[in-house]
Amino acid sequence: MKNYVFRPLYVIIGLVIAVLIFREFYVPKDFGTHGESYMYGWHRKGNEEEWKAFKVKYRFDNEYCKDCHSDKYESLMQAPHAIIKCENCHGPALDHPSDPPKLVVDKGRGLCLRCHSSLPYPQSDRINIRGIDPDKHNPDMECSMCHNPHKPSLEGLK
Amino acid sequence: MITRRDLIKVSIAGAAVPLASAKIISAADTLFPERFEKQNIRWVFIVDTKKCVGCGMCVKACKDENEVPYDANITRTWVERYVLTKDGQVFADSPKGARDGFTGKKIDRGEKGFHDIKDEEIQKAFFVPKLCNQCESPPCVQVCPVGATYKTEDGVVLVDRKWCIGCGYCIMACPYGVRFFHPVHRVAEKCNFCYHRITKGMKTACVEACPFDARMIGNIKDPDDPVTKIIQNERIAVLKEEYGTNPQVYYLGMSKEVR
Ligand code: HEC
Ligand code: HEC
Ligand code: HEC
Ligand code: HEC
Repeated sequence: MKNYVFRPLYVIIGLVIAVLIFREFYVPKDFGTHGESYMYGWHRKGNEEEWKAFKVKYRFDNEYCKDCHSDKYESLMQAPHAIIKCENCHGPALDHPSDPPKLVVDKGRGLCLRCHSSLPYPQSDRINIRGIDPDKHNPDMECSMCHNPHKPSLEGLK
Repeated sequence: MITRRDLIKVSIAGAAVPLASAKIISAADTLFPERFEKQNIRWVFIVDTKKCVGCGMCVKACKDENEVPYDANITRTWVERYVLTKDGQVFADSPKGARDGFTGKKIDRGEKGFHDIKDEEIQKAFFVPKLCNQCESPPCVQVCPVGATYKTEDGVVLVDRKWCIGCGYCIMACPYGVRFFHPVHRVAEKCNFCYHRITKGMKTACVEACPFDARMIGNIKDPDDPVTKIIQNERIAVLKEEYGTNPQVYYLGMSKEVR
């Protein structure tokens, strides 16, 4: 057979080799089947470590706040709100007070209405939380003007 | 104009790709995946729908913890509200994924506006938190063309942000709609059970944030784990079992209206 018939074949072989060489350098060494099967475990192993190194932001530990904000801590822990984490209302606090030096103080009604807007839903424990109608219960006023968010008590309010 | 030379070039390039991949996925690799050390962890999740009050603290915490843009209408976990009326209608909503909780009685029906349901019309009403089911047979992983999403040995499905090309196949493949496109990283995004927390011995942000213990995470391979005990002893259900995905988020107090 004539030489020109083979020429495209050389080109193909050349390209395949080029792609393989490129791939050898481009695909990380830790790429492969890690886990029980190729179908679900084909990946770059190093990515697992990258995810593990993702920054934690929430501590979710009310004890941590105890020493510096003892008044708030003592009040909260006696109140029905003791089940709520400080960080739920004040935001992530991993490195507080160095970073951020201050946490969010949200005085909006929305924060309290998350739980206290009355929803009469029989199949949900929401029905067991004292509810108010946001449109009727002192509208346009911050809840904390009358209720202490850290120690809400109805004593003396009635 | 396509010259003959161009055509040959294109077909050669086309042929080279499958040829090249044939080498990489060598038989040894596929048929005998490396034997991994005996893993004694399989993360699973329990949601108690009765305990959920719809405060949305979990959604807020998740967005902060996992750097999901706060004001964009995307979230890794969300809470749905179901209201079943006495005349047999089902209403469901999840405004902003319940990031700010459910602060009113009106059902958000999107473009159709708000629907008011009178208290005495309610037959049943409850909240259902949703998150990635970390399926045992995840369809989202099967469809990924580049190996950018995978299941770890402890059962969590992760997305490799460096490797993802953003094609969106996985987003379409997930029957639970838990995946979305991350507008900042421009890759597929999903709940990963706070992998950075659980691998350090902490619980996920949503579990910690829930004041009512409606969410729990545990290791089903540990027979003494409270989560394992609940799965063994209580009446539990999973979402869309018929899809064969083998989801690993178990629900207490599930109802047939929940999709
Ligand atoms: C090491 C001591 C320390 C710890 C621990 C600490 N804080 Fe603080 N916190 C501070 C200081 C100092 C400030 C700044 C006070 C100021 O400038 O008025 C502050 C400010 C705040 C503010 C804002 C107060 C305001 O008036 O604006 C909040 C809210 C807060 N902290 C909540 C918390 C919570 C919740 C925790 C626990 C997760 C916590 N802090 C743990 C020292 C601490
Ligand atoms: C239910 C939500 C909620 C929880 C839980 C909560 N706070 Fe607060 N906190 C608030 C609100 C609302 C304010 C603003 C009060 C106001 O308007 O005076 C506030 C104010 C504060 C302030 C600054 C204002 C001041 O009066 O000096 C500090 C510090 C603080 N909280 C610390 C804490 C700590 C520490 C905890 C946990 C032990 C905690 N909070 C738990 C809602 C909460
Ligand atoms: C995460 C849900 C949640 C949030 C947010 C929340 N509460 Fe509560 N609150 C509760 C629960 C649970 C109780 C205890 C059950 C009850 O008495 O309703 C309670 C009780 C109360 C009570 C009644 C106290 C008593 O002695 O019976 C008041 C008043 C109150 N909260 C006010 C507030 C205010 C003001 C805010 C906003 C700063 C707020 N709550 C935010 C869950 C919440
Ligand atoms: C002007 C003061 C004032 C403001 C502002 C206010 N409340 Fe009250 N709240 C009261 C008083 C007084 C009572 C007790 C009498 C009653 O039941 O109405 C009360 C009762 C409650 C109760 C108990 C209801 C029950 O059925 O036992 C809850 C829960 C409550 N408030 C939550 C809130 C929340 C949430 C906000 C903000 C959205 C708020 N309040 C704003 C004065 C106030």
